Amino acid sequence: MDFFPLYNSLRIALISTVIIFFVGIFAAYYIAKAPRMVKGVLDVILTLPLVLPPTVVGYLLLRVLGPKRVVGRWVLETFGVKMTMTWWSAIFATTVVIFPLMYRTARGAFESFDETLAYSGKSIGLSNSYIFWRIRMPYCRQGILAGTVLAFARALGEYGATSMIAGYTPGRTATISTTVYQLWRTNDDALAFKWVMVNMAISFVVLLAVNMLEKNAGQSRHAARRGGRAVNVDSSRY
Amino acid sequence: MSIRVDIEKNFGSFRLETAFEAENEVLALLGASGCGKSMTLKCIAGIVKPDRGHIEVDGVTLFDSEKRINLTPQERMTGLMFQNYALFPNMTVLGNLRAGARREKNKALREKNVADMMEMFGLNELKNRLPAQLSGGQQQRVALARILVSSPRILMLDEPFSALDSHLRFRLEQEVREVIRRFGKTVLLVSHDRDEVFRLSDSIAVMNGGRIEAYGGKHEVFRNPRTRQAAVLTGCKNISRASALGDGRVLAEDWGVALSLPQGAQAKPCIGTRMHDICAGDGVNAVDCAVVSEIENPFSITVMLRPVDRPQAVPVGWEMPKEEWARLRAERIRVCFPPENLLTLEE
Repeated sequence: MDFFPLYNSLRIALISTVIIFFVGIFAAYYIAKAPRMVKGVLDVILTLPLVLPPTVVGYLLLRVLGPKRVVGRWVLETFGVKMTMTWWSAIFATTVVIFPLMYRTARGAFESFDETLAYSGKSIGLSNSYIFWRIRMPYCRQGILAGTVLAFARALGEYGATSMIAGYTPGRTATISTTVYQLWRTNDDALAFKWVMVNMAISFVVLLAVNMLEKNAGQSRHAARRGGRAVNVDSSRY
Repeated sequence: MSIRVDIEKNFGSFRLETAFEAENEVLALLGASGCGKSMTLKCIAGIVKPDRGHIEVDGVTLFDSEKRINLTPQERMTGLMFQNYALFPNMTVLGNLRAGARREKNKALREKNVADMMEMFGLNELKNRLPAQLSGGQQQRVALARILVSSPRILMLDEPFSALDSHLRFRLEQEVREVIRRFGKTVLLVSHDRDEVFRLSDSIAVMNGGRIEAYGGKHEVFRNPRTRQAAVLTGCKNISRASALGDGRVLAEDWGVALSLPQGAQAKPCIGTRMHDICAGDGVNAVDCAVVSEIENPFSITVMLRPVDRPQAVPVGWEMPKEEWARLRAERIRVCFPPENLLTLEE
């Protein structure tokens, strides 16, 4: 059994999760503070990849990144790099598809944040970045972690957009999901089943992790209640 | 060590318009919820930006709409304690105090400030606890210590006791009084509790609908609340609409009695009298009353009275020690409303 698809899937999922961790949090933080109208519009646009069929996302990406399209051609002419059909092309597909997952969970977490913590932090002289990283993020930790894990799981399973933009080249762009499809198509049922089991095992672990995170969040909420604090740590929405 | 505030802010249906000054004293903003008192503190702390006005603390301009000055909350150095104390839930007591001390750049000095403050507030035994593991009173102590270690120019307390059980309040009030004394600079206290305000403050500004309706030394404000709402907030429970009668008296319309005012007083749209300011017997403004009901309080009794010839009138409450009522008790009683105890009030 050649383990390249596992390795390739993991590196694509990891890299896109790291990117989306920052981009999603950034977007969530600023949009959570935006006026209602702006929020409504941006929310729809940014959540779109969650409901669009992955093939539509793949099509749109090819329209932009394809070697004959605006961005794709410019990159090809300037750097001599083709943006499609390489292993890292799949990162474009996965980042777009998992962005809404991270964005929405992080935004939910930020919206449950007790702003008086930030206000009192400012009035005792703490810098905005200190408040963000040392108070806001730890407070929203459970939600953000859950979002990250979910995004990673989804990235690992991405098929539609990935197959369109990175294709299936054994040993170069093959991922677990594209390999399963290819093996099934070529009637290699035994090997396809092995990969299916690998994928199921990973997803199982990941979802278990999400559940445990939620449980911890529930416990810390109860601890907070026992202490009689007026702060509301809401994790039920994740 | 002073503060000067003169600000305006529009919130659509609500308009905040307040001006006051305080110097090395405790100024209380007394008002019902939604009157703009907490919003005033937020404007001073730089969390909410007023539309117009000027805020100055110790001669430093924090905000000036004309000169386009608007310092960040960090630069303002105004210590604001929130109702829920806003302790950082992910940090221990020690961590919270260290966060408060970060303005001091010298590390050794910073640690010393934290240690001194821990000592002063008796927090050493709690230093490794998380806020969720503290009682309400302990949380308040940590919140105060965290603010004081950040060396603020003024101290602002927003409903400091509202998150506490009532039996704890009085004791913690004594602690806060001690903290205020040691702080020694200007303190703004926001509260809706007249007793708390009276015990802790030197001056009082009564706020209603975004405006200050009565402002002055606490004794003066309690003696002469000037407006209906201020009278209510300072605990006056008997208030009636009033209209001037030709002979220099006023008719308290709700109570159905004509009353002489103290010398020199002008008739105003409302009249009030505190429940303990009514006396039994004959005298000026004496009225024959029927007892409508008796309400027993823990240590006193409130008798609801209505003029004998006015069955439709709103009853007037009269509070007195239980022993006194035991002596006076009757179905009908003659009482008088001494003119010097009558409050003439604007609507």
